[in-house]
Amino acid sequence: MNRLKQIEEKIFRIISGFAAYSLIAILIYIIAIIFIKGFNALSLDMITKTPQGGYYYGGEGGVLNAIVGSLYISIGATVIAVIIGAPAALYLNVHMIKLKRTQNTVRYLLDALWGIPSIVYGSFGFTLMLFLGMNASLLAGIITVALLVTPIMVRTFDEVLSTIPKGLHEASLALGSTRTETAYKVLFKQGFSGFITAILLSFGRGIGDAASVLFTAGYTDLIPVNLDEPAATLPLAIFFQLGSPIPEVRERAFASAAILTIIILIISLGARFLAKKYSKSNLK
Amino acid sequence: MSVENLDTINWNMPETDTIASESSPIVRINELNVHVKDHHILKNINLEIPKNQITVLLGASGCGKTTLLKCMNRLTDLYKELKVTGNIFIEEDDILNTSTNIPTIRQKMGLLSQRPYPLPVSIYKNVAYGIKLKGIRVKNLIDYSVEKNLKEVGLWDEVKNRLNSPATSLSIGQQQRLCLARGLAVKPRIILADEPTSALDPISSKIIENQFKVLKKHYTIILVTHVLRQAVRLADNVVFMHDGRIIEQGKPDELFKNPQTEELKNYLVEGN
Ligand SMILES: Nc1ncnc2c1ncn2[C@@H]1O[C@H](COP(=O)(O)OP(=O)(O)OP(=O)(O)O)[C@@H](O)[C@H]1O
Ligand SMILES: [Mg+2]
Repeated sequence: MNRLKQIEEKIFRIISGFAAYSLIAILIYIIAIIFIKGFNALSLDMITKTPQGGYYYGGEGGVLNAIVGSLYISIGATVIAVIIGAPAALYLNVHMIKLKRTQNTVRYLLDALWGIPSIVYGSFGFTLMLFLGMNASLLAGIITVALLVTPIMVRTFDEVLSTIPKGLHEASLALGSTRTETAYKVLFKQGFSGFITAILLSFGRGIGDAASVLFTAGYTDLIPVNLDEPAATLPLAIFFQLGSPIPEVRERAFASAAILTIIILIISLGARFLAKKYSKSNLK
Repeated sequence: MSVENLDTINWNMPETDTIASESSPIVRINELNVHVKDHHILKNINLEIPKNQITVLLGASGCGKTTLLKCMNRLTDLYKELKVTGNIFIEEDDILNTSTNIPTIRQKMGLLSQRPYPLPVSIYKNVAYGIKLKGIRVKNLIDYSVEKNLKEVGLWDEVKNRLNSPATSLSIGQQQRLCLARGLAVKPRIILADEPTSALDPISSKIIENQFKVLKKHYTIILVTHVLRQAVRLADNVVFMHDGRIIEQGKPDELFKNPQTEELKNYLVEGN
């Protein structure tokens, strides 16, 4: 009997260990491929120059246009998602606490929105853009990506807020806080790590998505200086370069992917650092 | 203005006369009923809670003690399924049918729950939280009140050098005392304590118990406990509940020596 338990324990440990390590191995493999294939093309020029004449045939230049465009779009979209999504998540958990059924319906709808392929958001954004009489531009891209990432923002933050014990909620109310004070002074702080995770996921999804910006942001070799100008993005830069018959250009696609990966890495480390620093300083 | 005078200025001091006038109950509950769908949780509760005394609620698990406490500070509002009817007069204001806003009602009551729930801020800010909600912004006044209330629960010496550390870094026993201090800082009239020592070690429990004995000079305490010895040590009045009803109440010595109902007899036997 006891022996059986030991064997069982061992088998489960092996299975879970195997799953964990193979996941890490696959991740390392993907990143390694990107860096190895892009290594030759990785140069300072890639991140400091925009495409010069003949760039797409192996000429001089880099993808600075796409780096800047992608950062503008994903940061802009994440800011909008935070402004709309964070209060929405708090509202869902505080003001709607009695409306269990409405709460569940909203969650279900948001999950559905999360699951819609981004090409649908792309076409929706495109329709909206035409309706508003806009051109493919930075602004249209930001709006479309904001639509894409807001459900992610709300649901990720909401998921953490909903695990906060009811006792804390009650303690705050018992001290005489209003619902809004409970939401912003207590639950927001308690769920701060979830807030950071939500920002990260939204940003990561926003910067990595190609289909939503395909029709809406356009593409250009220039760095956009106005909201109504088209903007290049890294996913599209990768897509275009990868489609090239010229090997050097395909290498640049991998180099661009490596740059995208590094940006996401920097942002997520930075956000974690800020979250730690904030949660310490907020105690002063 | 000297610090000694701070306490006398207008922030709703509880009356400090220690001689409680037995004739004026601070809480008067009249025909209180609570339903969840067809489940009748509290049944025709009529109860008077005397001022500046400790009233202990006893009863088997699930008999409705927590629900009764939650009615008294309207935390039942958080649960849509709970239908609450009747009257609860707190200082002559029927809090179930009042125009007073709910946060003001809740500030008349300090809540101490089974487990401590410190706010996700520093030790200092936990105590300052309720004071600030009252609109008090003067730093000296807040500092004074934080220190005074932490001293009142015997926590000051343990935390005075780490007021800015997160409240969650305290031990559970310390957290519970912090929660008591936080509640007291709001200057409530009544302390609602729902099994406040059940998660605590004997020493922290003792500290809380002793605190209650001191606090009843200024506050009315309603205490739910499953520890009969604690009830004997602390109670001025005992209310025994069974299946949503109050079936016996009185002075602890009479009640424990001469239980009238089978239910209380069984409860006392099981409890010892
Ligand atoms: N929100 C709710 N929805 C449905 N039933 C509830 C709700 N709140 C309380 N009840 C029910 O009301 C009854 C009384 O619960 P309550 O928590 O008041 O008991 P209690 O006396 O505090 O018990 P314990 O000693 O275990 O804490 C229980 O049967 C419980 O299931
Ligand atoms: Mg209870």
